[in-house]
Amino acid sequence: MSVLDSLSLWAVPAMLALIPLWGAIRGVKVYETFVEGAQEGLEIAVKIIPYLIGMLMALSIFRASGAMEILARAISPLTSALGFPSEVLPLMIVRPLSGAGALGVTADLLKTHSPDSLIGRLASIMQGSTDTTFYVLTVYFGAVGVRKIRYAAGIGLAADVVGFLAALYACLWFFG
Amino acid sequence: MNIIWLGLILIGVVVAAFTGRAPAVTDAAFAGGKLAIETIIGLAGLMALWMGVMKIAEKSGLMEGIAYLLKPVVRLLFPTVPGDHPAIGAMLMNISANMLGLGSAATPFGLRAMQELQDLNPDKETASEAMCTFLTLNTASITLVPGTIIALRATYGSANPAEIVGATLIASLIAGVAAVLMDYLVRLYNRVRGR
Repeated sequence: MSVLDSLSLWAVPAMLALIPLWGAIRGVKVYETFVEGAQEGLEIAVKIIPYLIGMLMALSIFRASGAMEILARAISPLTSALGFPSEVLPLMIVRPLSGAGALGVTADLLKTHSPDSLIGRLASIMQGSTDTTFYVLTVYFGAVGVRKIRYAAGIGLAADVVGFLAALYACLWFFG
Repeated sequence: MNIIWLGLILIGVVVAAFTGRAPAVTDAAFAGGKLAIETIIGLAGLMALWMGVMKIAEKSGLMEGIAYLLKPVVRLLFPTVPGDHPAIGAMLMNISANMLGLGSAATPFGLRAMQELQDLNPDKETASEAMCTFLTLNTASITLVPGTIIALRATYGSANPAEIVGATLIASLIAGVAAVLMDYLVRLYNRVRGR
Protein backbone atom coordinates (compact mmCIF):
# COMPACT_ATOMS: atom_id res chain seq x y z
CA MET A 1 0.00 0.00 0.00
CA SER A 2 3.04 2.29 0.18
CA VAL A 3 2.63 3.09 -3.52
CA LEU A 4 -0.93 4.26 -2.89
CA ASP A 5 0.17 6.17 0.18
CA SER A 6 2.82 8.13 -1.65
CA LEU A 7 0.44 8.64 -4.57
CA SER A 8 -2.08 10.33 -2.30
CA LEU A 9 0.71 12.25 -0.58
CA TRP A 10 2.09 13.64 -3.83
CA ALA A 11 -1.11 14.01 -5.83
CA VAL A 12 -1.85 17.58 -4.73
CA PRO A 13 1.67 19.04 -5.03
CA ALA A 14 2.08 17.32 -8.40
CA MET A 15 -1.20 18.73 -9.73
CA LEU A 16 -0.38 22.22 -8.43
CA ALA A 17 2.97 22.16 -10.21
CA LEU A 18 2.26 20.23 -13.39
CA ILE A 19 -1.05 21.75 -14.48
CA PRO A 20 0.22 25.36 -14.49
CA LEU A 21 3.49 24.19 -16.07
CA TRP A 22 1.59 22.46 -18.86
CA GLY A 23 -0.56 25.59 -19.26
CA ALA A 24 2.52 27.77 -19.60
CA ILE A 25 3.99 25.42 -22.20
CA ARG A 26 0.75 25.69 -24.16
CA GLY A 27 0.92 29.47 -24.03
CA VAL A 28 -1.82 30.06 -21.45
CA LYS A 29 -1.54 33.21 -19.30
CA VAL A 30 -1.43 31.10 -16.18
CA TYR A 31 -1.81 33.73 -13.48
CA GLU A 32 -4.72 35.62 -15.10
CA THR A 33 -6.43 32.33 -15.85
CA PHE A 34 -5.98 31.13 -12.28
CA VAL A 35 -7.51 34.33 -10.91
CA GLU A 36 -10.42 34.06 -13.33
CA GLY A 37 -11.14 30.52 -12.15
CA ALA A 38 -10.70 31.42 -8.49
CA GLN A 39 -13.30 34.17 -8.95
CA GLU A 40 -15.79 31.60 -10.23
CA GLY A 41 -14.92 29.32 -7.30
CA LEU A 42 -15.83 32.02 -4.79
CA GLU A 43 -19.09 32.75 -6.59
CA ILE A 44 -20.09 29.10 -6.34
CA ALA A 45 -19.17 28.96 -2.65
CA VAL A 46 -21.46 31.91 -1.94
CA LYS A 47 -24.27 30.35 -3.95
CA ILE A 48 -24.18 27.16 -1.85
CA ILE A 49 -24.58 28.94 1.52
CA PRO A 50 -28.43 29.15 1.65
CA TYR A 51 -28.80 25.48 0.70
CA LEU A 52 -26.29 24.44 3.32
CA ILE A 53 -27.94 26.53 6.02
CA GLY A 54 -31.33 24.97 5.22
CA MET A 55 -30.02 21.42 5.29
CA LEU A 56 -27.80 21.72 8.36
CA MET A 57 -30.58 23.42 10.31
CA ALA A 58 -33.06 20.61 9.54
CA LEU A 59 -30.49 17.94 10.40
CA SER A 60 -29.53 19.60 13.67
CA ILE A 61 -33.19 19.81 14.72
CA PHE A 62 -33.69 16.16 13.83
CA ARG A 63 -30.70 15.10 15.91
CA ALA A 64 -31.22 17.36 18.92
CA SER A 65 -34.89 16.41 19.33
CA GLY A 66 -34.03 12.77 19.98
CA ALA A 67 -35.68 11.64 16.72
CA MET A 68 -32.35 10.14 15.68
CA GLU A 69 -32.32 7.83 18.72
CA ILE A 70 -35.90 6.75 18.05
CA LEU A 71 -34.98 5.95 14.47
CA ALA A 72 -32.00 3.94 15.72
CA ARG A 73 -34.23 1.95 18.05
CA ALA A 74 -36.78 1.36 15.27
CA ILE A 75 -34.31 -0.10 12.79
CA SER A 76 -32.14 -2.02 15.27
CA PRO A 77 -34.06 -5.35 14.94
CA LEU A 78 -33.39 -5.30 11.19
CA THR A 79 -29.71 -4.42 11.47
CA SER A 80 -28.97 -6.96 14.20
CA ALA A 81 -30.71 -9.65 12.11
CA LEU A 82 -28.25 -8.81 9.31
CA GLY A 83 -25.37 -9.19 11.74
CA PHE A 84 -24.39 -5.61 12.53
CA PRO A 85 -23.22 -4.99 16.11
CA SER A 86 -25.63 -2.48 17.69
CA GLU A 87 -22.69 -0.17 18.50
CA VAL A 88 -22.26 0.85 14.85
CA LEU A 89 -25.95 1.75 14.37
CA PRO A 90 -25.53 5.48 15.15
CA LEU A 91 -22.77 5.62 12.53
CA MET A 92 -25.11 4.11 9.92
CA ILE A 93 -27.72 6.78 10.59
CA VAL A 94 -25.38 9.76 10.79
CA ARG A 95 -23.17 8.80 7.85
CA PRO A 96 -25.43 9.92 4.96
CA LEU A 97 -26.36 13.12 6.79
CA SER A 98 -23.15 14.66 8.06
CA GLY A 99 -19.50 14.00 7.24
CA ALA A 100 -18.19 15.75 10.35
CA GLY A 101 -20.84 14.03 12.47
CA ALA A 102 -19.95 10.58 11.13
CA LEU A 103 -16.28 11.20 11.73
CA GLY A 104 -17.15 12.17 15.29
CA VAL A 105 -19.12 8.94 15.81
CA THR A 106 -16.28 6.87 14.31
CA ALA A 107 -13.72 8.62 16.49
CA ASP A 108 -15.87 7.84 19.52
CA LEU A 109 -16.16 4.15 18.54
CA LEU A 110 -12.40 3.86 17.97
CA LYS A 111 -11.73 5.45 21.33
CA THR A 112 -14.20 3.27 23.30
CA HIS A 113 -13.62 -0.07 21.56
CA SER A 114 -9.99 0.28 20.30
CA PRO A 115 -9.27 0.61 16.55
CA ASP A 116 -8.19 -3.04 16.34
CA SER A 117 -11.44 -4.52 17.70
CA LEU A 118 -14.12 -5.83 15.37
CA ILE A 119 -16.25 -2.75 16.01
CA GLY A 120 -13.28 -0.43 15.46
CA ARG A 121 -12.37 -2.07 12.18
CA LEU A 122 -15.97 -2.24 10.99
CA ALA A 123 -16.55 1.43 11.76
CA SER A 124 -13.36 2.34 9.87
CA ILE A 125 -14.39 0.32 6.81
CA MET A 126 -17.97 1.64 6.87
CA GLN A 127 -16.69 5.19 7.00
CA GLY A 128 -14.55 4.60 3.91
CA SER A 129 -17.06 2.69 1.80
CA THR A 130 -20.00 5.12 2.02
CA ASP A 131 -20.47 8.83 1.51
CA THR A 132 -22.22 11.85 2.98
CA THR A 133 -25.06 11.50 0.49
CA PHE A 134 -27.25 14.36 1.69
CA TYR A 135 -24.36 16.78 1.98
CA VAL A 136 -23.16 15.95 -1.53
CA LEU A 137 -26.67 16.28 -2.97
CA THR A 138 -27.27 19.59 -1.16
CA VAL A 139 -23.99 21.17 -2.17
CA TYR A 140 -23.80 19.87 -5.75
CA PHE A 141 -27.39 20.58 -6.74
CA GLY A 142 -27.36 23.82 -4.73
CA ALA A 143 -24.35 25.10 -6.67
CA VAL A 144 -26.29 25.01 -9.95
CA GLY A 145 -29.71 25.89 -8.52
CA VAL A 146 -31.39 22.57 -9.30
CA ARG A 147 -34.33 22.04 -6.94
CA LYS A 148 -36.00 18.91 -8.28
CA ILE A 149 -33.46 16.16 -7.77
CA ARG A 150 -35.58 13.23 -9.02
CA TYR A 151 -34.20 9.79 -8.11
CA ALA A 152 -30.69 10.91 -7.04
CA ALA A 153 -31.40 10.74 -3.28
CA GLY A 154 -32.92 7.25 -3.54
CA ILE A 155 -29.96 5.78 -5.38
CA GLY A 156 -27.46 7.54 -3.12
CA LEU A 157 -29.07 6.12 0.01
CA ALA A 158 -29.44 2.66 -1.52
CA ALA A 159 -25.74 2.76 -2.39
CA ASP A 160 -24.96 3.61 1.23
CA VAL A 161 -26.98 0.61 2.42
CA VAL A 162 -25.07 -1.63 0.01
CA GLY A 163 -21.85 -0.03 1.24
CA PHE A 164 -22.68 -0.83 4.88
CA LEU A 165 -23.50 -4.45 4.08
CA ALA A 166 -20.38 -4.82 1.93
CA ALA A 167 -18.33 -3.27 4.76
CA LEU A 168 -19.71 -5.77 7.26
CA TYR A 169 -19.01 -8.81 5.11
CA ALA A 170 -15.61 -7.54 3.93
CA CYS A 171 -14.70 -6.93 7.57
CA LEU A 172 -15.77 -10.42 8.64
CA TRP A 173 -13.97 -11.92 5.65
CA PHE A 174 -10.68 -10.09 6.33
CA PHE A 175 -10.66 -10.10 10.12
CA GLY A 176 -13.39 -12.51 11.23
CA MET B 1 -35.99 17.37 -1.42
CA ASN B 2 -38.95 19.46 -0.22
CA ILE B 3 -40.46 16.45 1.51
CA ILE B 4 -37.17 15.34 3.06
CA TRP B 5 -36.48 18.82 4.39
CA LEU B 6 -39.93 19.45 5.78
CA GLY B 7 -40.03 15.91 7.18
CA LEU B 8 -36.76 16.31 9.08
CA ILE B 9 -37.95 19.54 10.69
CA LEU B 10 -41.52 18.43 11.47
CA ILE B 11 -40.48 15.07 12.90
CA GLY B 12 -37.78 16.78 14.93
CA VAL B 13 -40.15 19.35 16.42
CA VAL B 14 -42.90 16.82 17.13
CA VAL B 15 -40.44 14.44 18.80
CA ALA B 16 -39.04 17.36 20.80
CA ALA B 17 -42.55 18.01 22.12
CA PHE B 18 -42.63 14.49 23.54
CA THR B 19 -39.04 14.35 24.79
CA GLY B 20 -39.23 17.86 26.21
CA ARG B 21 -36.17 19.00 24.30
CA ALA B 22 -37.56 22.20 22.80
CA PRO B 23 -34.66 24.35 24.08
CA ALA B 24 -32.14 21.90 22.60
CA VAL B 25 -33.95 22.10 19.26
CA THR B 26 -33.82 25.90 19.32
CA ASP B 27 -30.08 25.82 19.98
CA ALA B 28 -29.55 23.18 17.32
CA ALA B 29 -31.42 25.14 14.66
CA PHE B 30 -29.24 28.22 15.23
CA ALA B 31 -26.09 26.09 15.50
CA GLY B 32 -26.95 24.54 12.12
CA GLY B 33 -26.92 27.97 10.49
CA LYS B 34 -23.63 28.83 12.13
CA LEU B 35 -22.09 25.51 11.06
CA ALA B 36 -23.11 26.16 7.45
CA ILE B 37 -21.21 29.46 7.41
CA GLU B 38 -18.17 27.87 9.07
CA THR B 39 -18.20 25.06 6.54
CA ILE B 40 -18.36 27.53 3.66
CA ILE B 41 -15.50 29.61 5.03
CA GLY B 42 -13.38 26.47 5.05
CA LEU B 43 -14.57 25.49 1.61
CA ALA B 44 -14.46 28.87 -0.17
CA GLY B 45 -10.68 29.22 -0.17
CA LEU B 46 -10.17 25.68 -1.43
CA MET B 47 -12.86 26.18 -4.05
CA ALA B 48 -11.17 29.31 -5.35
CA LEU B 49 -7.78 27.58 -5.40
CA TRP B 50 -8.89 24.48 -7.28
CA MET B 51 -11.21 26.26 -9.66
CA GLY B 52 -8.24 28.47 -10.57
CA VAL B 53 -6.08 25.45 -11.32
CA MET B 54 -8.96 23.81 -13.20
CA LYS B 55 -9.30 26.88 -15.41
CA ILE B 56 -5.66 26.52 -16.42
CA ALA B 57 -6.18 22.81 -17.12
CA GLU B 58 -9.17 23.70 -19.27
CA LYS B 59 -7.57 26.50 -21.28
CA SER B 60 -4.46 24.43 -21.98
CA GLY B 61 -6.52 21.63 -23.51
CA LEU B 62 -5.75 19.18 -20.70
CA MET B 63 -9.40 18.52 -19.86
CA GLU B 64 -10.32 17.72 -23.45
CA GLY B 65 -7.32 15.39 -23.60
CA ILE B 66 -8.43 13.44 -20.52
CA ALA B 67 -12.00 13.38 -21.77
CA TYR B 68 -10.86 12.03 -25.14
CA LEU B 69 -8.95 9.15 -23.52
CA LEU B 70 -11.94 7.95 -21.53
CA LYS B 71 -14.53 8.41 -24.24
CA PRO B 72 -15.81 4.79 -24.37
CA VAL B 73 -16.56 4.54 -20.63
CA VAL B 74 -18.13 7.96 -20.58
CA ARG B 75 -20.36 7.24 -23.56
CA LEU B 76 -21.83 4.26 -21.71
CA LEU B 77 -22.44 6.12 -18.44
CA PHE B 78 -23.32 9.54 -19.88
CA PRO B 79 -25.03 9.03 -23.23
CA THR B 80 -26.43 12.59 -23.11
CA VAL B 81 -23.03 14.33 -22.72
CA PRO B 82 -21.02 14.98 -25.92
CA GLY B 83 -17.75 13.04 -25.89
CA ASP B 84 -15.42 16.06 -25.88
CA HIS B 85 -17.42 18.23 -23.49
CA PRO B 86 -15.48 19.94 -20.64
CA ALA B 87 -17.95 18.36 -18.16
CA ILE B 88 -16.21 15.02 -18.68
CA GLY B 89 -12.77 16.29 -17.72
CA ALA B 90 -14.17 17.89 -14.57
CA MET B 91 -16.09 14.74 -13.61
CA LEU B 92 -12.98 12.60 -14.03
CA MET B 93 -10.87 14.96 -11.93
CA ASN B 94 -13.56 14.81 -9.23
CA ILE B 95 -13.71 11.03 -9.20
CA SER B 96 -9.91 10.66 -9.21
CA ALA B 97 -9.60 13.06 -6.27
CA ASN B 98 -12.29 11.11 -4.42
CA MET B 99 -10.50 7.82 -5.02
CA LEU B 100 -7.32 9.24 -3.54
CA GLY B 101 -9.22 10.37 -0.46
CA LEU B 102 -8.73 14.05 -1.31
CA GLY B 103 -12.24 15.06 -0.36
CA SER B 104 -11.49 18.76 -0.15
CA ALA B 105 -9.97 18.78 -3.63
CA ALA B 106 -12.80 16.67 -5.05
CA THR B 107 -15.65 19.07 -4.23
CA PRO B 108 -14.50 22.02 -6.41
CA PHE B 109 -13.95 19.70 -9.38
CA GLY B 110 -17.37 18.20 -8.79
CA LEU B 111 -19.09 21.58 -8.65
CA ARG B 112 -17.34 22.60 -11.84
CA ALA B 113 -18.68 19.43 -13.45
CA MET B 114 -22.19 20.25 -12.22
CA GLN B 115 -21.98 23.70 -13.85
CA GLU B 116 -20.97 22.15 -17.15
CA LEU B 117 -23.79 19.60 -16.90
CA GLN B 118 -26.22 22.41 -16.10
CA ASP B 119 -25.24 24.09 -19.40
CA LEU B 120 -26.43 20.94 -21.18
CA ASN B 121 -29.56 20.64 -19.02
CA PRO B 122 -32.74 21.70 -20.85
CA ASP B 123 -34.71 22.23 -17.61
CA LYS B 124 -32.57 24.29 -15.21
CA GLU B 125 -34.78 23.57 -12.18
CA THR B 126 -34.75 19.80 -12.57
CA ALA B 127 -31.82 17.38 -12.32
CA SER B 128 -30.75 15.90 -15.65
CA GLU B 129 -30.00 12.21 -16.07
CA ALA B 130 -26.30 12.93 -16.43
CA MET B 131 -26.34 14.82 -13.10
CA CYS B 132 -27.99 11.90 -11.34
CA THR B 133 -25.46 9.45 -12.79
CA PHE B 134 -22.57 11.71 -11.79
CA LEU B 135 -23.82 12.09 -8.22
CA THR B 136 -24.38 8.34 -8.03
CA LEU B 137 -20.73 7.81 -8.95
CA ASN B 138 -19.75 10.50 -6.51
CA THR B 139 -21.68 9.33 -3.45
CA ALA B 140 -20.56 5.74 -3.93
CA SER B 141 -17.05 6.57 -5.05
CA ILE B 142 -14.36 3.95 -4.79
CA THR B 143 -11.81 4.71 -2.08
CA LEU B 144 -8.20 3.74 -2.68
CA VAL B 145 -6.74 5.55 0.30
CA PRO B 146 -9.06 6.42 3.22
CA GLY B 147 -6.51 8.91 4.58
CA THR B 148 -8.63 10.49 7.31
CA ILE B 149 -9.59 7.13 8.78
CA ILE B 150 -6.02 5.86 8.77
CA ALA B 151 -4.94 8.99 10.61
CA LEU B 152 -7.82 8.61 13.09
CA ARG B 153 -6.95 4.96 13.75
CA ALA B 154 -3.32 5.90 14.35
CA THR B 155 -4.45 8.59 16.81
CA TYR B 156 -6.29 5.99 18.89
CA GLY B 157 -3.32 3.65 19.02
CA SER B 158 -4.00 1.05 16.32
CA ALA B 159 -1.19 -1.49 15.89
CA ASN B 160 -1.68 -1.30 12.12
CA PRO B 161 -3.73 1.76 11.12
CA ALA B 162 -3.69 0.95 7.39
CA GLU B 163 -4.87 -2.68 7.73
CA ILE B 164 -8.43 -1.70 6.72
CA VAL B 165 -7.37 -0.41 3.28
CA GLY B 166 -8.02 -3.70 1.47
CA ALA B 167 -11.42 -4.31 3.01
CA THR B 168 -12.44 -0.68 2.43
CA LEU B 169 -11.42 -0.93 -1.22
CA ILE B 170 -13.52 -4.06 -1.73
CA ALA B 171 -16.55 -2.72 0.15
CA SER B 172 -16.49 0.60 -1.68
CA LEU B 173 -16.04 -1.21 -4.99
CA ILE B 174 -19.15 -3.31 -4.34
CA ALA B 175 -21.15 -0.23 -3.33
CA GLY B 176 -19.92 1.63 -6.42
CA VAL B 177 -20.83 -1.17 -8.82
CA ALA B 178 -24.26 -1.53 -7.19
CA ALA B 179 -24.88 2.22 -7.48
CA VAL B 180 -23.88 2.40 -11.14
CA LEU B 181 -26.06 -0.62 -11.88
CA MET B 182 -29.07 0.88 -10.09
CA ASP B 183 -28.60 4.16 -11.94
CA TYR B 184 -28.35 2.32 -15.24
CA LEU B 185 -31.57 0.41 -14.53
CA VAL B 186 -33.42 3.60 -13.63
CA ARG B 187 -32.29 5.19 -16.88
CA LEU B 188 -33.37 2.11 -18.81
CA TYR B 189 -36.75 2.18 -17.08
CA ASN B 190 -37.24 5.87 -17.92
CA ARG B 191 -36.28 5.16 -21.53
CA VAL B 192 -38.81 2.34 -21.80
CA ARG B 193 -41.54 4.53 -20.33
CA GLY B 194 -40.56 7.17 -22.86
CA ARG B 195 -39.36 9.89 -20.48
